[in-house]
Amino acid sequence: MYLPYELLLQPFVDYGFMRRALVAIFGLAIGCGPIGVFLILRRMSLVGDAMSHAVLPGAAIAFLLFGFSLTAMTIGGFLVGLAVALCAGTITRLTPQREDASFAALFLISLALGVMLVSWQGTSVDLMHVLFGAILAVDNPALILVAGIATVSVITLAAIFRALVIECLDPGFLRAVHGGGARYHLLFLVLVVLNLVAGFQSLGTLMTVGLMMLPAASARFWTSEIGPMLLFSAAGAFVSGYIGLLVSYHVNLPSGPAIILTAGLMYILSVVFGRNGGLVRTYLRAPHFQR
Amino acid sequence: MRSPHASIRIDNLTVAYDRHPAVHHLSGAFEVGSMTAVVGPNGAGKSTLLKAIVGLLRPAEGRVNLTGALADDIAYLPQQAEIDRQFPISTLDTVTMGFWRRSGAFGAIAPAMLEEARQALAAVGLIGFDARPIGTLSAGQFQRVLFARVMVQDAPVILLDEPFNAIDSRTTSDLLALVHRWSAELRTVVAVLHDLEQVRAHFPQTLLISRELIGWGETAATLTADNLARARHMSEAWDEHAPLCHVPAA
Repeated sequence: MYLPYELLLQPFVDYGFMRRALVAIFGLAIGCGPIGVFLILRRMSLVGDAMSHAVLPGAAIAFLLFGFSLTAMTIGGFLVGLAVALCAGTITRLTPQREDASFAALFLISLALGVMLVSWQGTSVDLMHVLFGAILAVDNPALILVAGIATVSVITLAAIFRALVIECLDPGFLRAVHGGGARYHLLFLVLVVLNLVAGFQSLGTLMTVGLMMLPAASARFWTSEIGPMLLFSAAGAFVSGYIGLLVSYHVNLPSGPAIILTAGLMYILSVVFGRNGGLVRTYLRAPHFQR
Repeated sequence: MRSPHASIRIDNLTVAYDRHPAVHHLSGAFEVGSMTAVVGPNGAGKSTLLKAIVGLLRPAEGRVNLTGALADDIAYLPQQAEIDRQFPISTLDTVTMGFWRRSGAFGAIAPAMLEEARQALAAVGLIGFDARPIGTLSAGQFQRVLFARVMVQDAPVILLDEPFNAIDSRTTSDLLALVHRWSAELRTVVAVLHDLEQVRAHFPQTLLISRELIGWGETAATLTADNLARARHMSEAWDEHAPLCHVPAA
């Protein structure tokens, strides 16, 4: 029988790699969690996954120019990701094209370019595998990158929060008062790409996109106001990471999937039991009020 | 309240969609403190005119001249707001959007401003709705929230596009009383309306438009049977074989 200490805390006390993984998850949670909520509200839920493919030409070009430099490939991936996001965002603004269609079109173009570059180079190295790491191998530089980006994200989101909410809620209003809604949305897209690429490099695509989207998707089942949604999303991501890490440690399972499946379990529980639109609440009719 | 003395002059304005004019060579003025109804058949260019005044549409020809206010100082209530009704936000927070010009993108909403927002909600008959998510409101209730937002904007120019569409008659009279108050405060009010009785009863000035100007001035003189008949004769569909327009500026 395990004591709670042995179960819940000892792995982190004993092992540096577990501590580093937990800190990385904390950074990822507070950076990506809130962003996921806004992505969902803007119907951009699949952008995270699309972006993991879209960054390929950046990594490929960096590989061609600098060889096996993780830094170069990360920066290359970031720049291409940024280009895709900003082009898609701008096209959505200037034309009648919808946001998700814009992204779909551009990420496919980018992916195809990347595949072309890789095959032209003639290497058999799977660049994406090299580029995208795994959480238990996260080292100090990667940790600093994730933590730094998380800090920048949280501060920026807090600063542009109201503008971003209004831009999501009633873009026509901002246009009518000449409030310059476009810049806040584009800034938001920059944050999306930053968090995704930093996460990809240090923690892998599954982990990053999973922690960005799953807790955010769960949040709407517990609250109907955006502020609490952002908090729930960040907290949920961290808790999923914590539990997932422990499960993978004690039961000897791969950590990335364990974390995301924990987040997935939390999502399913939210869908079924959530206070705000959950299935049980909806279908188990409680008696109604007098007024 | 800021300086309310703003007037709008329309100078040979043409606004087109796909090169077919929706507003065609319109000229005239909305004077300071005037209360003007914009009336006309469907497709007559009424919403288009309002959008051109706010700056959401670019004129194909001519211009809109705003005196005494900046273009971003216009409170505009669109016909069908692009608002995402499913967005998780409360009624009170939606009204505080109207403080944009005062607080900017980064300024805080002071407690005094929150109180102002609450009073605006009370004025439109929505006391007790502060915390309600907007997704739970009826169409009429939501329209009143947007009215409250306009109130809070405290703008010298107010443009309303079919503001009473989904609203019951009692609320409509309450909101019309508000509109009268705005005009008494010398704000320039322009409202697109369909109910001619309402227009005759409440609006001293009327602009009767049917792509082109039919009449603009005192309501009784503008809404004559003759003018209304002329307005109805406008064809709604675009003429695919229309020649280019060479009307010189007035």
